[in-house]
Amino acid sequence: MTTWQRIGLAIVTAAVAGGAAWLVVPAWLSPPKTHQVQVALPAGVTLGGPFALTDETGARVTNETFRGRFMLIYFGFTYCPDVCPTELAKMAAALDLLGAEAEEVVPILITVDPERDTPAALAQYTDLFHPRLVGLTGTEAEIAAAARAYRAYYAKVRTGPGPDEYTMDHSAFIYLMGRQGEFIALFNPQTTPEQMAEAMRRAIAAAPRVSTMQPQGGRS
Amino acid sequence: MIARRFLLATVAALALVPLAEAAQDKVEIVEPWARASLSGRNSAAYMTIHNHGTEKDELIAASSPVARVVELHTHIMDGGVMRMRPVNAIEVNVGEPAVLRPGGLHVMLIDLTRDLKAGEKIPLTLRFRNAGERTIEVPVLAPGATGHGHGHGHGHRH
Repeated sequence: MTTWQRIGLAIVTAAVAGGAAWLVVPAWLSPPKTHQVQVALPAGVTLGGPFALTDETGARVTNETFRGRFMLIYFGFTYCPDVCPTELAKMAAALDLLGAEAEEVVPILITVDPERDTPAALAQYTDLFHPRLVGLTGTEAEIAAAARAYRAYYAKVRTGPGPDEYTMDHSAFIYLMGRQGEFIALFNPQTTPEQMAEAMRRAIAAAPRVSTMQPQGGRS
Repeated sequence: MIARRFLLATVAALALVPLAEAAQDKVEIVEPWARASLSGRNSAAYMTIHNHGTEKDELIAASSPVARVVELHTHIMDGGVMRMRPVNAIEVNVGEPAVLRPGGLHVMLIDLTRDLKAGEKIPLTLRFRNAGERTIEVPVLAPGATGHGHGHGHGHRH
């Protein structure tokens, strides 16, 4: 078995052991390619679905809340010092590259650490990256359900005896979802903001906003 | 007389060079930076460490007044899953710089005592097994920065 096959097997084993949802993508079993833009899903596999969570203002939201706009979703947590900031900044940079069209896209951070990531904590954190980045949290069960729908993997890893001494392992994918919540594209850490912006531009062009729809004003 | 002065200068230089090497120049830290973050949260510091000495060294610990705990970490990227794990030491081999960068080895600043703001500098003390302690000033870049002067993580306007 090659290292990559072992790694793939380890992920699946860990995910099964942890009872969490996970992404089984054959592409994982080969080393990441530098110019790989999007992760291809196996035939018949799709991502996304209903979720019911709490936003950073404390309001209850569901997938229906964002219907009519595109969603750019990342699963992470605010105590994440390295990978999450990098990926969230990439999302912000991609939206900047889109220009005015970025208004069609709602960037979303769904926490995999609801224990520490309260709405207030998320509100403070998301502002570091993009003024429109929406932080979503929920109960353990709600987060688990959302992660399952998106096949996002996460697991708590203890780093010390204290209640606060833990970190989260998590999959580091960015999901582009369409106006009806349908799956469009999956980006990995190798995807550049330019590539992400291009994918969003294509998606928006393929599904322009219906003119009779409610104007999307009022957001800052 | 001239020859003697020259000799003295040479002796002085010979005496000074090894001292300077041992204390300072063996380990060189290039382009350190840390991420802006919030009080109570975590941040990470990155840098490239050169070893100009003759034997292998190791970064074995770090500390900073801005963080309650400082650890050496790495990331293991299992396909799409990021697993952050502590490491006991970061090897700094001769002629082979240790590169601490996003998504890989980093100095993790845990439980910040205050907000770290882009544009400021924070002190960071690094302890090497052979070269001893070095305290450096680390510039704080934007929360989403990926390095000095390049990358995508520019500070976002509000």
